[in-house]
Amino acid sequence: MKSRKSLTARLDALYEYDREPVAPHKFQGIGKFVSTFAGEHVAGTEFVIGALFVARGVSAPDLFLGLLLGNILAVLSWVFLCTPIAVRVRLTLYWQLRRICGPYLTFIYSLINALMFCFLAGAMISVAATAVGLPFKMPMPGLEDMFPTSVMWVVVVFLVGAVVTALAILGFERLAQFARICAPWMFLVFVAAAVAVLPRLGCTSPGDFWRVANEKIWTGVPAAGQSPFTLWHVLFFAWFCNMAMHIGMADLSFFRYAKKWYYGFSSAAGMFLGHFVAWICSGILCAAADVTIAPGPVAYMGAGIAGAVCVVIAGWTTANPTLYRAGLALQAATPNWKRWKVTLAAGLVTTIAACFPALVMKLLDFVALYGLILMPMGAVIFADFWIFPRIGLKSNHADLRGTLFSWPAGLSWALTLVFCFWLPLEIFFKGLPGWFVALFLYIGLSFIEQRGRSRAPLEERA
Amino acid sequence: MIKVVTKVLAFSGLLLTLLPSFLVFSGKISWGLHARLMLVGMILWFVFATLSYRIRRI
Repeated sequence: MKSRKSLTARLDALYEYDREPVAPHKFQGIGKFVSTFAGEHVAGTEFVIGALFVARGVSAPDLFLGLLLGNILAVLSWVFLCTPIAVRVRLTLYWQLRRICGPYLTFIYSLINALMFCFLAGAMISVAATAVGLPFKMPMPGLEDMFPTSVMWVVVVFLVGAVVTALAILGFERLAQFARICAPWMFLVFVAAAVAVLPRLGCTSPGDFWRVANEKIWTGVPAAGQSPFTLWHVLFFAWFCNMAMHIGMADLSFFRYAKKWYYGFSSAAGMFLGHFVAWICSGILCAAADVTIAPGPVAYMGAGIAGAVCVVIAGWTTANPTLYRAGLALQAATPNWKRWKVTLAAGLVTTIAACFPALVMKLLDFVALYGLILMPMGAVIFADFWIFPRIGLKSNHADLRGTLFSWPAGLSWALTLVFCFWLPLEIFFKGLPGWFVALFLYIGLSFIEQRGRSRAPLEERA
Repeated sequence: MIKVVTKVLAFSGLLLTLLPSFLVFSGKISWGLHARLMLVGMILWFVFATLSYRIRRI
């Protein structure tokens, strides 16, 4: 008779090697965290995000101040929310969530996370496709294009998707090493391309920069059909674009290797090289190309063949680990499937998604949505770790009781999302009130659950 | 010795990636030359950074 492992056993088997807290001899120095952050946050999507700020008509003072404050807040979120818990529990997000929420809710979280990863990888494949299509004179999608624009676009996206998926199946580790080599070069290509096009915008000396920035780049006038961005949009976007990682606690898995909590400050390397310098550079490139968003032609205009190659590599190297993670998260849902089959399925979903330019043209909204959906579980972990012991509630309740599905956590997650989507604010601003709602809901619902359980035996005795 | 040479060549690749853009900015070279130098820089970086990485692993 064919035996079938339970869902819980399959999930646990996937993360078997991460079951125990990280041993002290495996702790890493701060240099490792600085270089990883610097490498991961100079990605293909950086070419698009900076350009979309220009299209949304941000003014230069709003952009610089918004990015400065938003990135500082993002770094502080890593330092004070994520890293202190990571260095105390030293477990992956999966095991921490499993202790709090039970295996079934953790499974649902993993599935949603995988789907989000697929879409994110899809955006990166689209970015790479804009450079691969250059020699074939492929018509590039524009700001208003939401659906595939031509047969050639679909063919090129499928070609890039096939290569990315094949690499994710065949040699993820090697590609990760290759990505580490690419990182410093890619950052310099961003800077060099932007500096080289400044004379086209009328900036021929450093003294001209601020005038040109105000008059020709971040003019405060949005492109046709685009809603305008203010200081607050930039600030909240910069803060929350990695919301799933810091406030959402996904980086517990990463920072469990940190020796000290203040290693969270290493995130500043990623924020200020990638989400400050690289976004400013891509904004300059976009303005020089008359508000063209497609990264391939824009990078070629700034840096020639090296620029186009940079776009392809930036797309590939960031799409691969994303696709790999998606495959890993999906594997629990597909019993008896080999890893390659799961990654192939994830690659197919990713490639189909990549055919829709909406993923790139609406990247700001998608990134905000991604963080928002996963954020409530970060609030659940925060409350469970810091607040519960202080108010007499039990932490890791699902683990203690052997619960498969923590209804307080599940309900807090669902109700928070309902509240956020009902909230009459733009998506960029929903995360902050949503976090507090998730926090109070989880505390309140856990109080009901835990007090109800502790009262039950007394009632039975009476 | 080989380790030092590969590192120097790799970093000269990075230098060739960045420096020409500032020369374009100051009007000293044309954009076409800048693009060609960046291409050479890219090749140097990928060949010698990969070599340097392999040597370090050995």
